[in-house]
Formats: sequence, C-alpha cells, structure tokens
Amino acid sequence: MPAPVVTRARRRRPAWLPYLPYLIPGAVLFVVVIGYPLFTNVYISLYSWRGGLAPLQWVGFGNYAELWQDSAFWTSFQNSVAMIIAMVVVPTLIGLVLAAVLFDYLGRRFGGRAAAVLRATYYLPQILPVAVAGVLWNWILNSQTGALNVILRGLGVENPPNWLGDPSAALPSVMLVLIWVQIGYPVVIFMAALQRVDPELHEAAELDGAGWWRRFRAITIPQIRPETFVVTLTCTVAALKVFGPIYVLTRGGPESSTLVPSYYSYLNFFDKSRVGYGAAVATVLTVVIILVAAVILSLQARAERREEAGH
Amino acid sequence: MVATTDTAAPTTASTGDLRAMRPGARHRRGVARWFVLAGAVVVALAMLAPFVIMVLNAVKSPAEYSQDGPLSLPSHLYLDGVLNFWNRVDFPVKLWNSFFISAIVAVAGTLISLLNAYAIGIGRIKGRLWIVMIFLLANMLPQEALIYPLFDMARQVGLSNSQWSVIIIFTVIQSAFGTYLLASVLGTFPPALLEAAALDGAGRWRILWNVVFPIVRPTLGVLMIFFFIWTWNEFFIPLVMLTTNDTQTIPIALASLQGDRMMDAPTTNAGALISLLPALIFFLLFQRTLTRGVTAGAVK
Repeated sequence: MPAPVVTRARRRRPAWLPYLPYLIPGAVLFVVVIGYPLFTNVYISLYSWRGGLAPLQWVGFGNYAELWQDSAFWTSFQNSVAMIIAMVVVPTLIGLVLAAVLFDYLGRRFGGRAAAVLRATYYLPQILPVAVAGVLWNWILNSQTGALNVILRGLGVENPPNWLGDPSAALPSVMLVLIWVQIGYPVVIFMAALQRVDPELHEAAELDGAGWWRRFRAITIPQIRPETFVVTLTCTVAALKVFGPIYVLTRGGPESSTLVPSYYSYLNFFDKSRVGYGAAVATVLTVVIILVAAVILSLQARAERREEAGH
Repeated sequence: MVATTDTAAPTTASTGDLRAMRPGARHRRGVARWFVLAGAVVVALAMLAPFVIMVLNAVKSPAEYSQDGPLSLPSHLYLDGVLNFWNRVDFPVKLWNSFFISAIVAVAGTLISLLNAYAIGIGRIKGRLWIVMIFLLANMLPQEALIYPLFDMARQVGLSNSQWSVIIIFTVIQSAFGTYLLASVLGTFPPALLEAAALDGAGRWRILWNVVFPIVRPTLGVLMIFFFIWTWNEFFIPLVMLTTNDTQTIPIALASLQGDRMMDAPTTNAGALISLLPALIFFLLFQRTLTRGVTAGAVK
C-alpha cells in the first residue's frame, strides 16, 4: 500500500528543489547583512537609545512625530530635490544633447576618434572615488586659499564669494560639483543607446527634409527611451542616497544649508548619539526611495505598454 | 544598477563601433560644424580643468603658489607635498588595505552571485521573480538603514574595526546586484547544453563548473571588475566601520586629513592625485572588458 504513495510523492517532487542548496549561502548572508539589520533599524526607530550599552526606551512613534516638526529633517529632504536636479535632471538633459552631438554630428563630421576622445574626457570624473573628487573640490572652492578665489582675486574681484561657507552659495556650489561628477554617466549610456538606433530612420527623415533638431526629437528621443529610464532610475536613487560628497564638501553646513537625509541620520547615529532618531530618519529615507523607484518603474511599464499598443 | 555614481563604464575603448560612422562627404561642408566642435571642446576643458589644476599644484611649492597662483607652471618639481602625504597617511598600508578589501569582495561577491543565479536562472526555483525583486530592492536601500545594526553586530562578534566586517558587508551588497544581473543572463542559457551534459551523467555541481561557468566567464569577469571598482570607491561603510589608521582605505585616509594644518595646497593636491591614480590605472587596464559590460547591463 505505501509503495505507490512514495512514488507519487517522488514524482511530485519539483525539479527545482535540488537547486535550492545553491541559494543557501547567498540567502543566509543576505538575511544576516541586509534583512536582519534592516528590520532591527526599524525596531530601533521606535525607541529612544543613546547607543552601545545604554538602555532602550520605548517611545512608539515618538521619533517620527518629532521628525514631523523638525525643520532640519524637512530641510534635508528639500535639499534632496536639489540633489535630484543636480544628479538627474541636469546631467540627463545635458548628457542627451552631448551624446547626440558627439554621435551623429561630430562623429560624422570629424570621425569616431574625436567623438571617443571627447566622451572619455566627459567620463573621467566618474572613475575616481567620489570622496577624492570632493576633497579636491573642497580645496578649489576654499574661500581663502582655494584655486578659484585666488584666480578671481588675480582678475581683480575684490570679494569673491565664500563658495562653501556662505549659506546662500553652498548648495549651488555642491550642485555644480555633483553635475561635474555625474555628467559622464548619461553621455556614455546614451551613446551606447544611439548605436542601436537604425540609421535608415534618420536617412528617411532627412530625405523628407527634417532638420537635425526635428530628427533628434522625433526619432532619437523615443528610440532611446529604455536607457533614459535606466539613467533616471539609477541616478534618482543615487541622488536620494548621496552622502560622500556632502561629507567631504560641507558636512551639511553651513547652517544646514546642504544637509541631506543620509548625512542627517549619520549625524544622529554617531555625532549626537540619538540612535533611535537617526534610525527613524533612515527608515523614512528608505520608504521614500522605494516609493520613488516604484513610481519610476511603473511609469516605465506604462510607457512600454503604450508603445506596444501603438505598434 | 543603483551604484550609479560609481558605475564604471567605457571610454575610448569602443572607437571600434564609432569608427563605423565614417565622415560622409556631404557632411564635410559648412562652418557650423566648427562651432559645434568648439562647444564640445569647451565642455571637455571644463571637465578637465580641476584635474589640470590638481596636477599643477601637486608639485608646486607653497611660496610659488601664493606668489603666482594656481594656474602657473611650477618652476621646479616640488615633491614635499607628495612625501608629506605619503608618510603622513602611510600610503602603502592604505593601498594594501583598499586592494585587499576590494579584491576579496570582487571574488567572493562574484562567486555568491553565480551560485544564486544558478539556482534562480537555471534551477528556476519557485518564487524566483520575488527573489530577484528582493535582491533588486536591496540594491536601492540606503546604507544608513543598515549601518547601526551592522556596527553593533560587528562589535558583538569581535569584528569592530575589522576589515572582515567590511568585506562581508560588501560581498553581500555587491552580490545583490550581481545576482540580479546574472540571473537574467542564465535565464536565457541554452537548455540543449544542459540536457546534453545531464545525459552524459553530469550532476548539477559538475554542470555548473564544466558547462555553465566556461560560457558565462566573460560576464563574470566584467562583474568582478565592477565589484572591485565599486568597493574601492566606497565611502560610507568603511568610514563608519574602520576607525584606526592601520585598517582604513585610501578615500577614508584622504578625507580624514581634511582640515589638518599640514594640508597645504601641494599636500592636498598631491594627496588627491596619488589617491586617484590606482583607480585610474585599474580603469585603463580594464576599460576594454568594461565596454562590453556596460552595454550589456544598460537595458536589462
């Protein structure tokens, strides 16, 4: 009697089951390094805790209620919008134009070599550690001894701006540095994308009398939409997470004018010993990132569906 | 691919595909093209300017700097800045630390990615879509949401200020991206090859190493280079976890000297220059491999 049951059970054993052991090392490490800490961080955010061996004190959503009224917290997320402008909007727009100009204007008129050299130059800031780039810029923008102000004084400017030290100048200065760092990434991705576009589309449009700008808008931009989404998604997430450049350029100052959420939570964790509060900031940031990513991904899915329907 | 800012990608390597677009004769006329070229070159110069200023002032004496400013050519090679920085941070130690951490993460992260992807892409584990989603999501998490518990855990198991804590953390973070990418690559692996090997009596372990591994080796190579560069450039987690001079990496060493009185213009610039050289050299060595990788990963 039991025999057929066994064979039936064996037959039902799914084919994927023997592959499960291959997932175990990765899954265990993942739970230990990402799953458990993420969960613990949310847990900590419900307590008031000075860290280390100090006792945890339950405050429920107290930290979050405090965040709601904390002007530094709101400033940090406002500055995230500035980071998105500097790391996503401006580099994507400029990168699109640069890639198109390099690929189908300069590349055709001066040869691929020239385009490749220019592209390499734009990409250069991307390969160095962002902290190193930040240290270099911190010196260049130093109000007293920095290269920029020494040059400006040499040109006769009497009181050059204190680029990183003046609350009204610091955020635009940081944004300029980030644009410089970021711009090569979309250029490289878009140039790779442009190679996918069928040149016959352009030739047909050209015969119909369409100028470069019209072909750029009507052919190039729709054709490279998938890459545009990838760049937007990855750069937006990176902009929301930005930490290193802020740490080496301004430490969030002066007067919180360049404070960002990641630096604010770091400050609470390791400087102010308000671990529960820092954990709450990090939790909010996590939720915001996931929501923003979900919105971008669903926009992409909708655009793809619309395109399929159109064809 | 969330590590955007640190996403390494190609430069001059794909002149090959660019060369395909031969300058057409009908485009050869007109003055406008020279203006466009000038515009593109101006942008390039703006990108290069900080590097030029850095190199000029890394080897210029402080006296000459205050007299002639940052744009003059140094009258002689002033190497005290380089020496100052080199000795102050004990550069060989930092170089080794960065290399040691990044190399182990590159190998271990790639291995874990391959094992995960083998189960997901070829084993077609139940719920694989969810698993891939979770790995993708993990890539987007801000490290701040993990750092305090990780910092605490490291202390509890005696790994505070240990490079191994950083190595373990980055192995997992990098392999989250690697799994996502490789799973989709292995999802399209030709089934005929797997069936043939199974008919020959090869088990799953042997199929992985004798059939799958040789075919995806180029992709694994690209992944390894990415992991190495990303880990090399990482800032936040090493900053928190590595607290003493003998364990720190190059970016942390440079950043922690900021505001120090010995950091005059030549020392700062020499420090930045020396610190970015390894990344630059590594990049130049591997840019050909990377060119293939970025275009493969971009539209996934």
